Amino acid sequence: MWKWLHPYAKPEKSYQLAGKFLPWFIVLTVVTFVVGLVWGLLFAPADYQQGDSFRIIYIHVPAAMMAMAAYSTMAIAAFVALVWQIRLAEMNVAAIAPIGAVFTFIALVTGAAWGKPMWGAWWVWDARLTSELILLFVYLGIIALHNAFSDKVLAGRAASILTLVGVINLPIIHYSVVWWNTLHQGATIMKFDKPSMPPEMLWPLVIMIVGFGAFLGVLTLMRFRNEILARESHRPWVTAMVTEKLAGEK
Amino acid sequence: MFNVFWQVVSKELKGAFRRQSDILNPVWFFIIVVTLFPLGIGTDPILLARIAPGIIWVAALLAALLSFERLFKDDFIDGSLEQLMLMPHPLAWLVSAKVFAHWLLTGLPILFVSPLLATFLAMDVNTYFALFLTLLIGTPILSLLGAIGVALTVGLRKGGILLSLIMLPLSIPILIFSTMAIDAAAYGQSYLGLLALLGAMLVTSITLAPFAIAASLRVSVS
Amino acid sequence: MAFDSISDFFAMGGYGFYVWLSYGLTFFALAVLIINTLSKKNKIMKVVEHRLSREQRIKKAQNREGTL
Repeated sequence: MWKWLHPYAKPEKSYQLAGKFLPWFIVLTVVTFVVGLVWGLLFAPADYQQGDSFRIIYIHVPAAMMAMAAYSTMAIAAFVALVWQIRLAEMNVAAIAPIGAVFTFIALVTGAAWGKPMWGAWWVWDARLTSELILLFVYLGIIALHNAFSDKVLAGRAASILTLVGVINLPIIHYSVVWWNTLHQGATIMKFDKPSMPPEMLWPLVIMIVGFGAFLGVLTLMRFRNEILARESHRPWVTAMVTEKLAGEK
Repeated sequence: MFNVFWQVVSKELKGAFRRQSDILNPVWFFIIVVTLFPLGIGTDPILLARIAPGIIWVAALLAALLSFERLFKDDFIDGSLEQLMLMPHPLAWLVSAKVFAHWLLTGLPILFVSPLLATFLAMDVNTYFALFLTLLIGTPILSLLGAIGVALTVGLRKGGILLSLIMLPLSIPILIFSTMAIDAAAYGQSYLGLLALLGAMLVTSITLAPFAIAASLRVSVS
Repeated sequence: MAFDSISDFFAMGGYGFYVWLSYGLTFFALAVLIINTLSKKNKIMKVVEHRLSREQRIKKAQNREGTL
């Protein structure tokens, strides 16, 4: 049943497959970004409470969601890597971690820039922002651990273990922060009580979420290909590819 | 099976008593850090009692962090870690014995000196009791989590700072639940629910962490 | 269209600074990520190319030795 999958366990095949998917993801990213941003920034009506500052939502929410999605993908890859000892899955963990960290950073920065006009301060210890911050710490820890090993294989395995430890911990962190926040929350924080978004505001958001997802896909594929190249640089197929490229340049 | 466990524990304890500074230094550090806070922010007993749980728990976290270095490092350097891995018993089991011994050497002393620090920070008896209980349940979780971090970084040359980078974010729930329980006690509310949560985390980490530690050690020693 | 003029669009109803700050930082961060990814690939390719040319030089040198 799974036989068709076997050839893709070969790094060379995976490299080519990732290369085949890449242009589609790039097209999807560009289209959704253009449509979503133009719609969200130009055509969506201003919020009746927050005015035009709500337009930050079109990057804040997608970035935050994809930061989480990136971690789930990493966790699945780490699980596959450790249980079935598949090296390609380890490479996937290494490929995604920096992307997830950058997305989390974006979610934090846009959250702060949104919080300043809405809450009156760049940073409030809001539950979602706080767990986002901790998610960033976890990402940075995984990247730091991965970089500390000089042996790429060991680095991938260590990062996978830490990813799995983190995935058990992250829900606990999230709920602990939520409870901590409800206890400590001051009265100054304005609650966002949006009953439901009107469709002309919601559609651009959905499109931007798809766009960030596609962008996550583009970057993952590119970095995944990089990881394969870096580890396989001594194999004949890489050598053949480079000679071909050099011949093409001449 | 249990024989091996106690053998490993007693070997660890014997080794530690030969170099007593390894046990005493983290405790000293813990006391000194807590002492610094009244010096830094003033001696108002109400203020001190208000922030005492946070101070004591953060200090305990930092002290635990200091002590982790020696959990596997010496064994890694002199090769006895490899011997441990070659033993005909599950590595996860042996590793739990080591972590247990480590908790006896670092977690327990902190429990012993905690009354002293509670008086320094003007805590009342009821609140102190809550602090004691959270330390009793929380420090073993810290030891288990820290052991994962140490096992991942033991083979690296600059593992110390990396260890704190990967371990501190993961220990945030313990910090939150413990200080919330102590706060609840200070306000005279029931904190059993929070203790139960901590207990659940302890049980989870006892069952899962040894396997993570064993897997990490296999990565580091290879 | 939610805005009447271009200056209205840039002002964002008085929130221009915050909106453009977050959009600017987002695209800056994403650009850094893309550049980093591309330069990594280039670096790996350079290393392989370097190794290949070195191997060829060694081969040439060995051939010359054979003729002497």
